[in-house]
Amino acid sequence: MANQAGPTKTISDFEAKLTEADKSVASFDRDDRTLGHLVRGLLRNYPTIIPTLILVLAILGFGLIANNFLKLSTLSLVLQQVTVTGIIAIAQTVIILTAGIDLSVGVILVLSAIIMGRLATEDNALGAMIAQSGLQVPLAIMIGIGFGTLMGWINGVLVTYLKLPPFIVTLGTLSIFTYFKLWYSKSETVRADVIEKKAESLLWFGNSLSYGTASITFGGIALILLAVLVWYMLNRTAWGRHVHAMGDDPDAALLAGINTRWTLVSVYTFAGFICGLGAWISIGRVGSVSPIAFETINLDSITAVVIGGTSLFGGRGSIIGSVLGALIVGVFFTGLSLARYDSILQYLAAGCLVITAVAIDQWLRRASQ
Amino acid sequence: MSEQQPILSGRGLLKRYGTVVALNGADFDLYPNEILGVIGDNGAGKTTLIKALTGAVTPDHGEIRLDGNVVNFRGPQDARAAGIETVYQNLALSPALSIADNMFLGRERRKPGIMGSVFRMMDRAGMQKFSRDKLSELGLMTIQNINQPVETLSGGQRQGVAVARAAAFGSRVVIMDEPTAALGVKESRRVLDLIKDVKKRGMPIILISHNMPHVFEVCDRIHIHRLGKRHAVVDPKKISMSDAVAIMTGAMAPPEEAKAA
Repeated sequence: MANQAGPTKTISDFEAKLTEADKSVASFDRDDRTLGHLVRGLLRNYPTIIPTLILVLAILGFGLIANNFLKLSTLSLVLQQVTVTGIIAIAQTVIILTAGIDLSVGVILVLSAIIMGRLATEDNALGAMIAQSGLQVPLAIMIGIGFGTLMGWINGVLVTYLKLPPFIVTLGTLSIFTYFKLWYSKSETVRADVIEKKAESLLWFGNSLSYGTASITFGGIALILLAVLVWYMLNRTAWGRHVHAMGDDPDAALLAGINTRWTLVSVYTFAGFICGLGAWISIGRVGSVSPIAFETINLDSITAVVIGGTSLFGGRGSIIGSVLGALIVGVFFTGLSLARYDSILQYLAAGCLVITAVAIDQWLRRASQ
Repeated sequence: MSEQQPILSGRGLLKRYGTVVALNGADFDLYPNEILGVIGDNGAGKTTLIKALTGAVTPDHGEIRLDGNVVNFRGPQDARAAGIETVYQNLALSPALSIADNMFLGRERRKPGIMGSVFRMMDRAGMQKFSRDKLSELGLMTIQNINQPVETLSGGQRQGVAVARAAAFGSRVVIMDEPTAALGVKESRRVLDLIKDVKKRGMPIILISHNMPHVFEVCDRIHIHRLGKRHAVVDPKKISMSDAVAIMTGAMAPPEEAKAA
């Protein structure tokens, strides 16, 4: 017989050939090291490079076309303008990391601010009751932040236990909280002069540290400190790993033994707390409390998060990117007006940036598969 | 074998989903230092049996004993806390997180002292070192970087990470659900060798698989599940694969000594 091999006798005979298998670990030709691949790899590992580059280029670009732009006073103005958006974007980032979204952040912010403003300045029954304690303003602030946290918790419970999509839940609570906002405020503004006279510490975050022409408000410092704190929570604590894992693959997170319910509720509650804190900071920024303020902040916060490179599909993203995203929008806004362009152009610019950012995210995602 | 006390056992396990009976009074025994294969047709109730043992499903009736003590798992965390580790078919890994993060997912270590207790800081260096040690122990250190995301690994490497995680933390029992289903010939061999390695270290293993050659190669006993019950327990050295398949599909009655009590 010429052919000695014969048919396979036992089932695992085919595995005998494995002893002759190529033992080397996969090696690849190095010809893929073109500049394009290097850039792609770098961007995948350090996704905040893109918003950083855009921010630097935008600052330099507006510095060229607008004379007054590259000044410390202008740049500190930009930081002031984006303080509240940046804080809300931080709350939004934590939620988007779980593959969720929160459309009610804006109304939580404003309703918390109204609660603080009214409780701190009014002499009606409730205001008078807490006024007797002599701590009217601090109590008003705490109650305002408490209600912000409570509203976030309600979102979290609805998303987690009723298992409704976050988009639907927060669309609903956006409407519901808006009702409470208009009902409680009676559509009236708490005026700046009233706050100044009766509750000055509500404006505390509006104070600033100055150095020459540059000045940074306490609100701006709070934004930076909050970003550092949330970065730490997301990257250096177990809770942060769980938030990422939930957005990445919720089933895997559950099977890996993560308490997914607690994690999800805590994320929305924490976002509500940040909105409540943002309410206090926003009073310092604006000076008054109006029920129709910050109407566009929901979408502004999502814009900042997306430009910052956080994926709407969850699991990937960064807090620093979101703050940079808010700054980019602020730079375009201030830069366009200083360069005497029509400031409505900022919408055009923000739209293009959002689409570009998502396109880059998709491109990187494909590259990683 | 029967004089030994089973390390993990189930008696009269019953689970209904509406009118569908997934487990119909099933029994189960795993003895120390053995690899027990679990085979059965699709829909025989293997998955529900395993889910009951790992706490993912709570049976309507019946009791599960670990080391002779009745246990009531209310979730996968409870089973894990009791020392039962599972390698799920979908691996339960988070693709965007690093290998080290995945090894410790859900049981992160914190730094000692105030950094850990007050500031909740993770002991990242310690977790990375532990992960690297465990992966090298199992001969899986073709991975260059313990901090690379799991999504950059091949299917076999991911399986390796999941097996290493179970082997590292399982103190009583390791359960593997179709660990070779998605793998090539070479990767399957690697995983089977891994299973034998884990057994050598004294850990009993439950292996659920549709791959008869793999089951017959590594298992000491084979639990044949049929129609929601333990139909038979056979010795792979005394029975052929075709007979096992015949018993499993109801084409042949189980031999007298293999009949489940």
